[in-house]
Parts: sequence; structure tokens; C-alpha cells
Amino acid sequence: MKSPTVSNGSLLLEVQGISKYFSGVRALSNVNLTLKKGELLAVIGENGAGKSTLMKILAGVLSADDGRIFLEGLPAEIYSVSDALGQGVVLIHQELNQVPQLDVAANVLLGRESSNSIFLDHKTMRQKARKYLQMVGLNIEPSASLRSLSVGQQQLVEIAKALATNARILIMDEPTSSLTRQETENLFRVIRQLQETKVGVLYISHRLGEVEALADRVEILRDGKNVGSLAPHQITRERMVQLMVGRDLSPFYHQLERKGGEPALEVTDLCTASHPQHKLNFQIKRGEMVGVAGLVGAGRTDLVQTLFGIASPLSGTVKVAGQTFEPRSPVEAILSGIALVPKDRKSQGLILDMAVRVNLSLASLRRDQNNGFLNRKKEARLALDMTQQLGIKLVGLEQPVRYLSGGNQQKVVLARWLAMRPEVLILDEPTRGVDVKSKDEIYRILEQLAADGMAIIFVSNEMEELLRLADRVVVMYHGAIEGELMGESLNERAVMHCATGGFSIEVPGEEMGNVTGPQ
Amino acid sequence: MRKIAGIIGLLVVICVLTALLNDRFLTAYNIENVIRRSALFGIISIGAGFVIITAGIDLSIGSLVCLSGVFLPFLLTQFGFSVPAALATIGLGSLLLGGLHGLLITRLRLQPFVVTLCGLLLYRGLARGLTGDQTQGFGNDFIGLRALATGKVGIPFVENFAIPAPCIILIVVGVAAAIFLNRTIYGRYLLALGGNEEAARYSGINTDRMTVIAYIICSGLAGLGGTLFVLDVNSAQPVDFGNFYELYAIAAAVLGGCSLRGGEGAVLGIVVGAAVMQVLRNSVTLLGVPTQLEFAIIGGVILAGVVTDEVLKRLARKQRRVKDSH
Repeated sequence: MKSPTVSNGSLLLEVQGISKYFSGVRALSNVNLTLKKGELLAVIGENGAGKSTLMKILAGVLSADDGRIFLEGLPAEIYSVSDALGQGVVLIHQELNQVPQLDVAANVLLGRESSNSIFLDHKTMRQKARKYLQMVGLNIEPSASLRSLSVGQQQLVEIAKALATNARILIMDEPTSSLTRQETENLFRVIRQLQETKVGVLYISHRLGEVEALADRVEILRDGKNVGSLAPHQITRERMVQLMVGRDLSPFYHQLERKGGEPALEVTDLCTASHPQHKLNFQIKRGEMVGVAGLVGAGRTDLVQTLFGIASPLSGTVKVAGQTFEPRSPVEAILSGIALVPKDRKSQGLILDMAVRVNLSLASLRRDQNNGFLNRKKEARLALDMTQQLGIKLVGLEQPVRYLSGGNQQKVVLARWLAMRPEVLILDEPTRGVDVKSKDEIYRILEQLAADGMAIIFVSNEMEELLRLADRVVVMYHGAIEGELMGESLNERAVMHCATGGFSIEVPGEEMGNVTGPQ
Repeated sequence: MRKIAGIIGLLVVICVLTALLNDRFLTAYNIENVIRRSALFGIISIGAGFVIITAGIDLSIGSLVCLSGVFLPFLLTQFGFSVPAALATIGLGSLLLGGLHGLLITRLRLQPFVVTLCGLLLYRGLARGLTGDQTQGFGNDFIGLRALATGKVGIPFVENFAIPAPCIILIVVGVAAAIFLNRTIYGRYLLALGGNEEAARYSGINTDRMTVIAYIICSGLAGLGGTLFVLDVNSAQPVDFGNFYELYAIAAAVLGGCSLRGGEGAVLGIVVGAAVMQVLRNSVTLLGVPTQLEFAIIGGVILAGVVTDEVLKRLARKQRRVKDSH
């Protein structure tokens, strides 16, 4: 490995060949990165590209399996968060790490409190805290309780806290995801001021508009690898999307047009509790498979959970097979023919310590009951049929579902709902954490179900999955449906364009040469 | 099943040891007595078990035993209630309180520990306050009613031993509870909700309703227990009647294989767990151990049992891993 480039004296951070594996799966592969003093480097990529993993390694939350990190030309030993803090590397997390019960001063100086021998010296602490609060342009009393602040103000408190540790490098992971427009602008102003004091900023965001406005340089990751970097004059939304999507940009037409029958699900003016400002409208026919794309936090899970009655809608109507129903609880959703394979298999899908048989029959017990008593014969037959039909590999039906592989666990959740023969099957990230072989099997099962006339909606982060399965893709952005793509207009670039807030579904032109390719 | 085998083994060991050390243990009088006490505690422990299976807890059992135990004679002797009216009042009252616990927990999302801790204080205070802290009893009346707890059912061809009535009641309650838990969809729902409440909800189970049902069962059985306890001993002092019974009940459920994390438990195990504790108390008395040490001994034996169980489990896991790696 070559020694760090010390020719440029203002080089703050150099990352060389970082790799990271999660139980054998490669999350980062030989990633390189540099950051100069006072520079803002935006790191972008699709969901799962490895951005957050890389930042966590720099902040000492995770440790790299391979590679080296240099700070101002010297090898940095970062094995823990306190190592990172000690060397001035601070991660400001998506979810804030604060103690809401304490006041602002205590939060700013958390871990470096002033004291006179035994007792906290509140006066000194407040004076110190005030200094840092002023640096981030926050005009509040240090004795105010943290809870009384807006999310934007809390974000600034977090930055003040970072300044109190004499941060040299500030890592910000989606800092604006819960800020209002004005708070965002204020944050940008503070960031620019920090840059003038030679603090280097690593900025992760899905919002390409922000990146365009803020970044001095952009580094793009895909599948855990560097795939390009853009110098200031190259930073445009089109180039970023192109590099994030990568691979072949040739449009991937959907081969078969499934002939939709009567509408299975009609959603009219639906307002979810989490994004009340948008009205959602769409419908799906029998035998149709619709993908829901969008970035993390775009409101996809909120939509499917609302349809399933986990969260009540604020307004709007939902019709299943022509019948209006109000999704107030999963019980009612199931009765009217909707099923949901939830996103988090382990916490929402399965009872891990219970037998496969029990997990399989959970939803159909009510239907198969004998006046309240279990119908054990039916239960056993159903479990056997389903495991054979879906090819679930197990030692026996009494085996706790915990000991199955991720793919087989997912099939158990799927089987539970197939036993109910729903009108509309909703899946939230159906192949998350599933191995390649099971993934393919799940795709085949879903295709078969659609061919048999079931309406299927699936939320997915994976472009290949969306393009392989969906007849139509609904793209969400900030809680609204930004576009519906099908046929020729359904391709990777169009999906990314809508998902990052592009306001048309037109595909940007093809003449986009001269981009720094993979290194 | 393995868990139940363990607790049955513990019961047998304690019985054999006590019998060897003291020959009064196996007298008919003593056995009848131990069975009666075990049955009474078994009834309230089954209730505690239902709540624990849902990953909840009920600390108000002892105070509810007191409230119902004090109120039964109070209503009969001071207010002239008829027997059916008094029993109905106690029964409905305790079911209602259980429902209230359940609603506070599911609707207001209060923690079960807090809700039932308040119950513990409230019901004890009510029992003492409303009766002016006076001991309540039946005197020499209500012999027929008291037979529910003090009576015996003879066994054909056995002369000097009879089955105490509470044992029959326990069998009825236990069989009903076991059928409910293992054979009905609602029992399955309770176990599922204790195993993973969110997954249960996502599977279309009305988890709130099931939680309320568990607390109703628990308080209902505490009410029944209180009734039988007072019928058995004939006098109840509001200040300490049923004191610590919730802890006996919870310990019995845990000894019997219920996990405080929820999702597992069997009625038979719970009943045997309750018996272990009553036999222990009996041994302490018979063996001439200073009664002040009673709690220490019960606590020590439970701890030893739980530790042994955990150690055995780990050994089994290790062995399985060794086997898997070959």
C-alpha cells in the first residue's frame, strides 16, 4: 500500500482501500476517499450502496476489515467512538443522540462537563455552552430544556456539541431529513461558516438538489465500491443519477404485459398520518404486479401499513374488489382481503421461538376454527402443504422458526398469507436479507400468484427487483406519488429521477460522456 | 415438557427428603393439609401464569385476595347479603377490576407493573379502610359454604384419607385453563402475543382484546382464590390477609416454566410450581427450622432451581453445537 499523499498540506482525511464484510457479505470493497480542510464532500449512492457503513467506520462505530485511514497525513487508529472523538471525527447521526431530559448546556457538553471537584459547575457550563451555541447561530438559553426545541434546533445543538469536542471532521448523515425549509437553509449557512474555519464536512444525502447546492466535490458509491467522483463543475443531477444507477443504462423493458382484470384495489385521495399533506391515488388490477419505489423515508412503508390498518388513514377511500373498506385494524384489512408481508421479518413477521407450524397458521386459525377450538388437523395439513408448495427447507414443522435461514423465514411469512388467499398481497421489501437462490424462488412464486390473478404490490429498494417483477412502478418522494412508470418509460434512470424529486418522468438525454468512471 | 419434568423432579426430591427426615410428613392429616394449601395457591398461580404468558405481570393478586377475602364475610355478616348475591358481587367485582387493569394497559399504554402496583396499594387500602381494619370472619355460621374450602371428598375403599375440596376446584379450573390455552384459538393468540406482540398484531390478532382477557382471567382467579382462602381459615385480617401472595403466584408460574419474557408456559407446570412452594413451607415447619427463615429458604430453593435449569440448558446447547459441528 502506498504512503499517503502528503504533497497537499491541506489534506485532512485520506481513506485507503477500506473493506467491510457483514457475515460474509461484502458491504464495502476497497473504498478510497479524500477530504481537504474546509471542504464539503458529498457521498451519495442508492440505498445499500455502503455510505452509512463507511461513515460508521470513520466515526468508530464499526471497524473496517481491511484498509487504512490517515488524518492529516498520519495513520489514525480508530477502534471506538471515543477514539474518533479524540481525534476530532464526529458523526451526526440520522437519529439524534441526545438526552431530552437534560437542558441544552448539558447536552452540548455531554461527556465533558465542568465541575468544581465534585459538583457540576452549572455557571461555567452555561457560559461555555453559550459560546458554542452562538457559533452555530442558535439564540437560545443554555438552560432551556432540549425537549422545547424544534428538530432543526436540536440538530444545531448536535453540531454545537461537535464543536465543543474540537471537531476537525464533521460527518452528517441525512441531516435535513426532518427539517423545515427554513431550518435547512439555516443549517446550510452554519455549514458554510464551519468550512471557513477549516472544518472538513462529509455530507451524505439522498437529496440531490442539496448536494448540487452545497458540495465542493461528490463521491459516488455503488454496491460498496467507488464508481466515480465529480469535480465542482461536473456536479449535475443527471450525472449523479447516472453514476448512482450505473451498470447498463439500456432501458430494461418489461417483457410480458400481464393482462389486468377488474380492479382489485382502488385508492382514492388517501391521506396517511405521516404525510397528511399529500393525497394518494392509484389502483391495481387483478393479476397485476405493482412496485413501489422511492428512497428511504419517502413514505412507502407508511402507505402499505395504512392500507393494512396498522396506522389509520386520515381521509380517503380504499376499495377492495369493489367493496369500500376502512382500514382501521389488520383484522379488518384481512377480512376484506388484504395481506401484508411486513418489512421487518424478525420483529413484525415471526414469533421466532415458536414452531414453524404455529407461525404458518397464525392468520388462518380464525377461519379454520371449530367454534373457537383449534382445528389441529387442518392446521397440520396446511403447514405441510404450504412448506411443500413453497419449498421451505426445515427439519420438521415443530422446529422453531428462529433456526431457519432468512430466505426460508421469509417464505414462512409469505405462506401464512397465501393460506388466506388474499385479493391483494402487499409485500414490504420482500427479499430483504434473503440469499440469491431464495430470492429467485420468491420471485417465481410471486409471478405465479400474479398469473393466477392475485393483485400484488411490493415495496422495494432494489432496482433489479423492481424491473424484473413490476408491470408498473409507482415512485414516491416525500410522501407523494411522484410518478407512475410502465412500459418503455420504466427504466432505472427514470425511477431514480422521480425518487430524487425530479418533477417530470422524462428520461434525461443520452449525451453524458466525460464522467469520471470507476477508478 | 422438559421444563415440567424438572419441576416435578424438584417436587419429588423435596417430598422424599422431608419424608425421610420427619415421619409426620406422610400422615394423612399433613398430606391433606399440604394438598389443600397447594390447591388454593395453584388457583391464583394459574391466573398469574396467564398474565405472564402475555409478557405482562400482575402485582395486585395478593391485595385482590385480601379484598375479596375480607368482603365475602363482610357482605354476608354486616350487610346481610344472601350467599349467591355475595359470591356474585365478589366474582363480578374481581372480573371488573381485571378488565380495568387490561384497559389501562392496552388503551392508555400504561406499563402492567405500574398499573398493578397501584392495584396492590389500592385494594389493600380499600379492604382496610372500608372494614375499619376489623378482622372479618364467619364465626360458626355458613358451614355449608365453608365446605367449599374445608370439605373433603372421600375415596372409595380408602379409609383415613380424603381429597380436600379445593383440590377438586383446582382440577376443574386447571383442566379448563389448559384446554383454553392449548386447544382454543384464543389460547394460541395469547401465546403468540406473548411471543411477539407486533408479529401477532400483523397477523390479524386483536392483541389488545387478548391482553384484557388475560388480566380478567388473572383477577377472576384471584377473586376465587380469596373467597376460598377466607372460607378455609374463617377469619381475615385486612392488614395482612393475602400478603405476598402475588409473589408466590409469580414464583410458581416462573418455576413452572413460564418465561417473564412471555410466550411460554403450561398449566400443569404452574400448579406443580405452586405445590413446590407449599411443600417447602410445610417442610420448614416440620423440620423445626425457625419459621423466620421461611422466606430465605423458599427464595434459596427457587434460585437454586432456576440456576440449575439455566446451567442444564446451556450444557444442552453446547452439546448440540458440538454435535452440529461434526
